[in-house]
Amino acid sequence: MFKVTWHNLVARKLRLALSAFAIVLGVAFVAGSFIFTDALGRAFDGIVKGTTADVEVLPEGAGQADSFGTDARTIPAPLVEELRQLSEAEKVVGTDQVQGVFVISKEGELIGGNGPPGLAFNYNEMTAITGDPILTVADGELPSTRDQVALDVDTATKAGYDIGDEVTLVTPGDPPTMKAELTGLVRFGSEGGLVGATLTIFDDQVIKDLFFEGKDVYTNISLTAAEGVSQVQLRDAVKEVLPQGLEALTGDDFAADQQEIIGTILGFINTFLLVFAAVALIVGTFLIINTFSILVAQRSRELALLRAMGASKKQVNRAVLTEALVVSLVGSTVGLGMGYLLAIGLRALFGFIGLDLGAADMPVELRTVLLSYAVGVIVTLVAAYLPARRASRIAPVQAMRDDVALPETSLRRRFLVGAVMVAVGVALMVTGFAGSGGRGLLLIGLGMLSILIGVALMAPMLGRPIVQALGVVYRRLFGTVGNLATENTLRNPRRTAATSSALMIGLTLVALMSILGQSAKVSTDKAIEESLTAELIVSNATGQFFSTAYADSIRELDGVDSVTAFRQAGAKLGNSQVFLQAVEPESLGSALQLPVDGGSLEAFDDQSVFVSSTRAKSSDLAVGDSVKLTFPAGPTEFDVAGIFPVGGAVAGDFLLTLEGLERSGIKPEDSLLFITKKPGADEAVVRSQIEEVLADNPTVTLKNQQEFADEQKDLINRVLYIIYALLGLAIIIAILGITNTLALSVIERTREVGLLRAIGVSRWQLRRMVGLESIAISVLGALLGVVMGIAFGIAMQRAIADQGIDVLSIPWLQLGIFVVLAALAGVLAALLPARRAAKLNVLEAITTE
Amino acid sequence: MFRSAPKPSHSTSSTVFGPGSGVAARALDVRKVYGEGDATVAALDGVSIDFAAGVFTAVMGPSGSGKSTLMHCMAALDTVSAGHVFIGDLELAGLGDKQLTKLRRDKIGFIFQAYNLVPTLTAQENIELPLSIAGRKPDRQWFDTVIDTVGLRDRLDHRPNQLSGGQQQRVACARALVTRPDVVFADEPTGNLDSAAGAEVLAFLRRSVDDHRQTVIMVTHDPVAASYTDRVVFLADGKVVDELSNPTADDVLEEMKVLSARSIAGTSTGG
Repeated sequence: MFKVTWHNLVARKLRLALSAFAIVLGVAFVAGSFIFTDALGRAFDGIVKGTTADVEVLPEGAGQADSFGTDARTIPAPLVEELRQLSEAEKVVGTDQVQGVFVISKEGELIGGNGPPGLAFNYNEMTAITGDPILTVADGELPSTRDQVALDVDTATKAGYDIGDEVTLVTPGDPPTMKAELTGLVRFGSEGGLVGATLTIFDDQVIKDLFFEGKDVYTNISLTAAEGVSQVQLRDAVKEVLPQGLEALTGDDFAADQQEIIGTILGFINTFLLVFAAVALIVGTFLIINTFSILVAQRSRELALLRAMGASKKQVNRAVLTEALVVSLVGSTVGLGMGYLLAIGLRALFGFIGLDLGAADMPVELRTVLLSYAVGVIVTLVAAYLPARRASRIAPVQAMRDDVALPETSLRRRFLVGAVMVAVGVALMVTGFAGSGGRGLLLIGLGMLSILIGVALMAPMLGRPIVQALGVVYRRLFGTVGNLATENTLRNPRRTAATSSALMIGLTLVALMSILGQSAKVSTDKAIEESLTAELIVSNATGQFFSTAYADSIRELDGVDSVTAFRQAGAKLGNSQVFLQAVEPESLGSALQLPVDGGSLEAFDDQSVFVSSTRAKSSDLAVGDSVKLTFPAGPTEFDVAGIFPVGGAVAGDFLLTLEGLERSGIKPEDSLLFITKKPGADEAVVRSQIEEVLADNPTVTLKNQQEFADEQKDLINRVLYIIYALLGLAIIIAILGITNTLALSVIERTREVGLLRAIGVSRWQLRRMVGLESIAISVLGALLGVVMGIAFGIAMQRAIADQGIDVLSIPWLQLGIFVVLAALAGVLAALLPARRAAKLNVLEAITTE
Repeated sequence: MFRSAPKPSHSTSSTVFGPGSGVAARALDVRKVYGEGDATVAALDGVSIDFAAGVFTAVMGPSGSGKSTLMHCMAALDTVSAGHVFIGDLELAGLGDKQLTKLRRDKIGFIFQAYNLVPTLTAQENIELPLSIAGRKPDRQWFDTVIDTVGLRDRLDHRPNQLSGGQQQRVACARALVTRPDVVFADEPTGNLDSAAGAEVLAFLRRSVDDHRQTVIMVTHDPVAASYTDRVVFLADGKVVDELSNPTADDVLEEMKVLSARSIAGTSTGG
């Protein structure tokens, strides 16, 4: 039996190659996701280990710092001298680390800044746990005066600076921008680079003057253990002399803590990517099922002959499954290779949003290899099982018959099973919406999947009227060729439906995302229009904080009436991460109208918070309650002064006062400034005055309400484009599926093609016939997908209406364009099969068996 | 049976170049060679033959005699290695795919042994197919004549799988005739039919020649089928070896026996 299988594989290599391609793409996505996140993990690992010494001394709790909101606490510098007295310590160095120092390139553009931090250090000779110095001087000299800096080699190259050039920097301090001479280049200790982060090195005293008000303090102290002293011994020795409020951590513990924080973020990225991999695999499954069904159907007579010659059902079944196994192994192997390339592609995609991995290694872990094969083989075997079972049910007597028909379940039964799956899916989604967190999302996802598979099962019947309607157009426009194309699309409803369904899944998700994106944009517009009273806004498009000096300077301007600064921070409420905004209560009213659901703004002071309606609900908070928010510096108690509804201009869980945030140990850095001009002041004049203040700093820009809204919408678009790009792969698989089905159909209809050619159908007409069939399949898939996407979109928007997306907006034009694009994709999908059909030798085609 | 067609002379070749009056199709010193070098096999080895308009001709011969190859070459389904093929006054050599397609559509009708019909189209759509792909409307009167001659009026809305084998072949005949082609090529049109259904199809072809002056060239191995024709051309080893006018089934059978005996004794060729 194996010989037969092997022979089949070789004889049908083209057809199998197409179905293997589905596996290749699916596996590539899985492998690529893991390789990429592993590479990210390694790079971050390198940074963490390369910046951690044997023992680190920090303000208590700072080791578990949240990703935003700078800890304002410091360590008095004389402690360094004290620690140097310890015999266990070989080397003790104090570090001043500042975040938010960005380099502006020669062309005036921001380097990095789209997520990765802009770091600044004082130069020091710390040795990391890796044994390497944290910094080495690559070229030039270290800065020694206030007007000098050094940069890391990569940043200097990207910015186009050479030693001796004047470098422009953006800082979180005062002044917010500065110019300095580049005296040297440093190399960061760890391999894998800085993952897009930029590094600016100041002189020890200069960094204190600039960012620590001249105080003799450090943000952390790093100790290297003496010969024969372990990390733990050194830490215990340090603990003896450590004053209150500081803690000492071994390098290993500190690194592990940091890696855990990074691991959580990487886990999100990996899960995010794997969701798309799953979509690609589900679409691929459709393609594999379809390919094997067609192959089995085309071979039914041969299989019947095997049965007639005495092969058992089991043997026939096994023959088909063995074929699938070989295909899946080949596909998985190629997929793994493609995954490596895809990881490089993802590196470029993420580099686009600032996460720069440089030339970091792409590690292929054993886990990735095993998982890739497991996914490829299991998905293929599951997908091939149904066709294999059907193949084994062919009666031996069929070998004698002219037209062999495979036993098939009735369309009615299929429809009923599909309807049940849709019902189950709806129930799952409803449950998911009622639930919360990861479990709720999982239920919603499973519900959608169940509904999509249900619709795919019903598609042979649902699709018929759509294809027939299309047929009316085809016949009118293309006459007989249109008629032939329509009839070909209808002749095997299961095949057409399965092929369309693969595209349907991709388009459902694209349509869903476009509806959610559009709704988010319209909701943003509405929120800004309804609640924003400030005429001008200063913001940083990439979400980095900026110096409070800007607010102070702008307040001084002639035409400016008020400046309202917003700040942001993260904190913990119990175990959950919460997002905080802070504002001055006195000037809040001039920036925006904060609708209040309960409580009053009167009572809003540095001891109190406003809580969002969703957070109030989920954490069971009411006006007058006390709430404990945990910051890096420790917990702070607040009273709930009021509740604000989500969807207005204020996002986040809590609104604090600026004093409230400072009292919690967060360094003052602004995230948004809302500006009103004096009545009668000329807007153009005020604008140019403010722009003068902001000059030299491309990260912070001035906008009016419309521009501010556009900036917000631009962010939404950027997320949408990344999602579209990732869904694109699933759509490519679906389009390949159409090519595959058409190619197999053309092979199956060889004699018919020959007949048509013999009686005078031209090559061109034949191509058009195949093309029209392809368009019919793709338009069917696109229409079903768009309809499903609209249904899901409405459901999702309703479900998250209280989380800021309170307006439903369906981008009809865009959805229409998706359908047109699908039709064009159909034309592309048909190119090869149509060419093949047109090129068939007429005589050979007619006489083919 | 009434024969209106002119009777061709008892000759095995014609030396007239170009189209002669009343010649629907002509082969002139046609050679068809398969393979290369030492493995060359001549399926047709210098065949010259005229098919007069309005005549029902059978092409016969043992397996490998080249009769199918001759028909394929005549019908613009295959190209010749040397020689000339004419349909009406048009020489096929040098025609591109577009012109050949147009020729098959407008000047030639086909009836194959099986799988003649497009399964997704109704009988009527199948019959009209050569016209509709050319964007032409059928001539109502001629269409009705054809339909009535094949006797399928009550089956026009049926799909091929709802028709018997004989009915399917009659639909194929109707389709071959609906364009009023210069010549109809029939390749074993009764090969898959029982004798009754076969007789219907042959009678129909006969009538189309008698009543409508169609030209029909039929490849067959069945002496009874050949007896419906005006003229039988015999091929062996890629050459025209003999022909009969107004044949009876017995005449044909006799001739076939002689030929197969010769073929078994001699060398056999592919074709």
